[in-house]
Amino acid sequence: MKPVKIKPRVKDDEYPTPGPGGLADQWALERREFLKLAGGGLVVIFSAGEGLDAQMGGLRGADGGYPDDPNAYLKVGTDGRVTGFSGKIEMGQGTTTALQMMLAEELDVPLASVDMIMGDTAVCPYDAGTFGSRSIKYFGPALRQAAAEARGVLIRLASAKLGAAEDALATRDGAVYVLKSPSKKVTYADLIGGKKIEVRLEKKPPIKPVAKHTVSGKPTLRSDARAKVTGEAKFSGDIRLPGLLYAAIVRPPAHGAKLKSADTSAAEKVPGVKVVRDGDLVAVLHEKPDVAAEALALIKTEFEPSPSKLDNSNIFAHLKEVTAKTDVVIESGNLDEGAKLATKLIEKSYFAQYVAHSTSEPHTAVVRIDGDKAEVWASTQSPFRAQQEVARTLGLDVPNVRVRTPFVGGGFGGKNAGAQIVEAARLAKLTGKPVQVAWSRKEEFFFDTFRPAATYDIRSGLDARNKIVLWDYKNYHAGSRSSQPVYDIPHKRVTGYGGGFGGAEGVHPFGTGAWRGPGSNTNIFATESHIDVMAEAAGMDPLSFRLANLTDARMKKVVHAAADAFDRTFATAPSGRGYGIAITDYLGTYLATMAEVAVNRETGAVRVLRVVCAQDSGEVVNPEGSRMQIEGCITMGLGYCLTEEIRFKNGAVLDENYDTYELPRMSWLPKIEVVLVDNPDLAPQGCGEPAITAMGAVIANAIHDAAGVRMVMLPMTAARIKEALAKK
Amino acid sequence: MDKTIRFKLNGKEVAVETSPERMLLWVLRTDLEHTGTKYGCGEGYCGFCTVIVDGQPERSCRLPLAKVEGKSVVTIEGLSKGSLLHPLQQAFVDNGALQCGYCTPGMIMEAYALLLRKPNPTEAEIADALEGNLCRCGTHKRVIAAVRQASGALKMKVVDHEAR
Repeated sequence: MKPVKIKPRVKDDEYPTPGPGGLADQWALERREFLKLAGGGLVVIFSAGEGLDAQMGGLRGADGGYPDDPNAYLKVGTDGRVTGFSGKIEMGQGTTTALQMMLAEELDVPLASVDMIMGDTAVCPYDAGTFGSRSIKYFGPALRQAAAEARGVLIRLASAKLGAAEDALATRDGAVYVLKSPSKKVTYADLIGGKKIEVRLEKKPPIKPVAKHTVSGKPTLRSDARAKVTGEAKFSGDIRLPGLLYAAIVRPPAHGAKLKSADTSAAEKVPGVKVVRDGDLVAVLHEKPDVAAEALALIKTEFEPSPSKLDNSNIFAHLKEVTAKTDVVIESGNLDEGAKLATKLIEKSYFAQYVAHSTSEPHTAVVRIDGDKAEVWASTQSPFRAQQEVARTLGLDVPNVRVRTPFVGGGFGGKNAGAQIVEAARLAKLTGKPVQVAWSRKEEFFFDTFRPAATYDIRSGLDARNKIVLWDYKNYHAGSRSSQPVYDIPHKRVTGYGGGFGGAEGVHPFGTGAWRGPGSNTNIFATESHIDVMAEAAGMDPLSFRLANLTDARMKKVVHAAADAFDRTFATAPSGRGYGIAITDYLGTYLATMAEVAVNRETGAVRVLRVVCAQDSGEVVNPEGSRMQIEGCITMGLGYCLTEEIRFKNGAVLDENYDTYELPRMSWLPKIEVVLVDNPDLAPQGCGEPAITAMGAVIANAIHDAAGVRMVMLPMTAARIKEALAKK
Repeated sequence: MDKTIRFKLNGKEVAVETSPERMLLWVLRTDLEHTGTKYGCGEGYCGFCTVIVDGQPERSCRLPLAKVEGKSVVTIEGLSKGSLLHPLQQAFVDNGALQCGYCTPGMIMEAYALLLRKPNPTEAEIADALEGNLCRCGTHKRVIAAVRQASGALKMKVVDHEAR
């Protein structure tokens, strides 16, 4: 691409309008709307064509823009405050703080003078959704470049004002100053002076080298903490509008059960209650949510039974039977050749049950319709997808639907789907009032898009020198992420059956989808468990065996970093000591996790005593934020290791609340140690998910080392371990 | 049958005319527009809705309004004084003891109740007191550190708060 010379267009109140028609025109309209909303200031807009290479998120230099639609990324206000706009959302992962740090760094302004506006479709650049640990990795570089461009424009403006050449100027603390006489300076606010300045960014401006960073890379507390400890932080369910009605909706007892009849007469007698029916949607609405819920309980319903005959026991056979789509994820060498080279062949199958996201905040949405426009407040990871769904549901033009994303109380992939948003939109239309739909915990456990149950068959071989020479890996329905082994194996094939974690029609008895580290959690459980099985067959300790079969220097460094921090000697398992190890490459983030567990041989209960995780995710923008994410991954991960599984039968979800679905608690907390492996030469990689993906295997391997039982099914409940111990 | 129920909310007298059988959580969130207290499970399992009633932690999703008549209710909105955070809130900020923040109000109120009855708890006592408060983001380690930090500094402030 030819570099284009940029000239800032300084205008007081008018904006360039591109030609009529087409998508570009639509975005232009939205941009004008944005500039109206944004008021005065310097606005940096990214234009089309840049940045497809950035989707690879590779080494520094290969990173570039973000989506190739023109939209605003940041504004330096007339008061000098900086506002960043991102279609990403904040669900606890701390992205807001890291993006603020990136802006403060690149623009040389105090961190406290940077605001982020996230997930508002009216003002933020289009974004496909917040998932895959991609916000800092893919959006961050674009924001950095927009900020670098804004800084360049400010220097240009200052050059005229201060009568100095641009290269004689520098920036600090929200002002441009003359390098040789720092008292000669002008603030960003004075430079902008109430004007509106629109800059189209058409080439990549140079960004600050990591070595010069003073904000980015320093541990920084969350910028949203104050709002969250005072109760001021607004979640979707905290939005109050005049005339707001709260909905309670009739639900089937099982997935696939069709509504036969609903007698709403008793509910209708409750004062203030509005009952609506639109096909299968039967709801009661009231200005108090608890009154609506009580009225709902008065509705008498009959449902046809669900045709589903699946349950936790027969699901794995079913998953192999329904397998349709086949993807060879990677194939190299020749499996027959590998089998010939092998002196030991090892075959094993692994299994994982369904797991709930169980976000603390249930799915919630508020919709208000006004003529041909609609406003939406939703707990969603995908505000732009919600915008389109609401527009389709209500028959409105997409730009006429504005979705705002208040604080989201956890997502983990569970809030990519937004059925509650469509329900709220339908009910707002049917009642003519603003409506809130907030799922109860029972609804949450019913309509969640669970982590899919999955099963694996692995056949592997070792040669006489204990090198892995064969790897034939079959994955049924987990999704292929992290299914390629990180080890150096000459003859290998990785096959995925049944498509991804979303599941094809007829595969799962209910909705499934991405669950923090999707695919990877169970792929790494199977892979790294099997590596330990091979280490034992080789008569080697699991650390030496891994190092002997790895050639990737970056991975070896991470493994050594974890081993140094863990500071224990691994021995051939089972050693009785309860040490485990698991390593992975999660979309470019490398990590090694080591754990120590104790197993109660009478009850089968596992106590995780210590978890050490060393992670290399490239340049770290906020080390405090990274540590929080890794600690969170470890703690949350204990649940899918030890207790979490959705029990179901014939379409019904048997777990309805936290009395039977057990999440990790304070008493479970192991000693957690996090090592951030320094690698500033690599652009920032993802951090929200990687560390959770190693948890299944590291705990399985530690259990085996402690008690000599190889647990092949997630979760590794006390009952399953007890059963395995009894069979030993 | 609606009734006028009076109680003290964060130090101020309030009167609500509604059914005394309604749960405090919904009256706080809807009638009184104190949305800091969160719904999580409706059965008392998760602790997100925890408030303090006459010094004791209560699950407001299971507490009928009639039970707080004439009593003193403290919610998350009642801890800070103007722009000044309560030392326990400050400790949560300082230790990064939150992520999505949805369980945080209940977690802080449960910890507050612990410090009211035991100003200097051990880590084990903190973990024990917060065992019934869930956190899906996995901030457990930092929550315990935050409550430890607050415990030294808190005694005076609690007395102070209760006296106002």
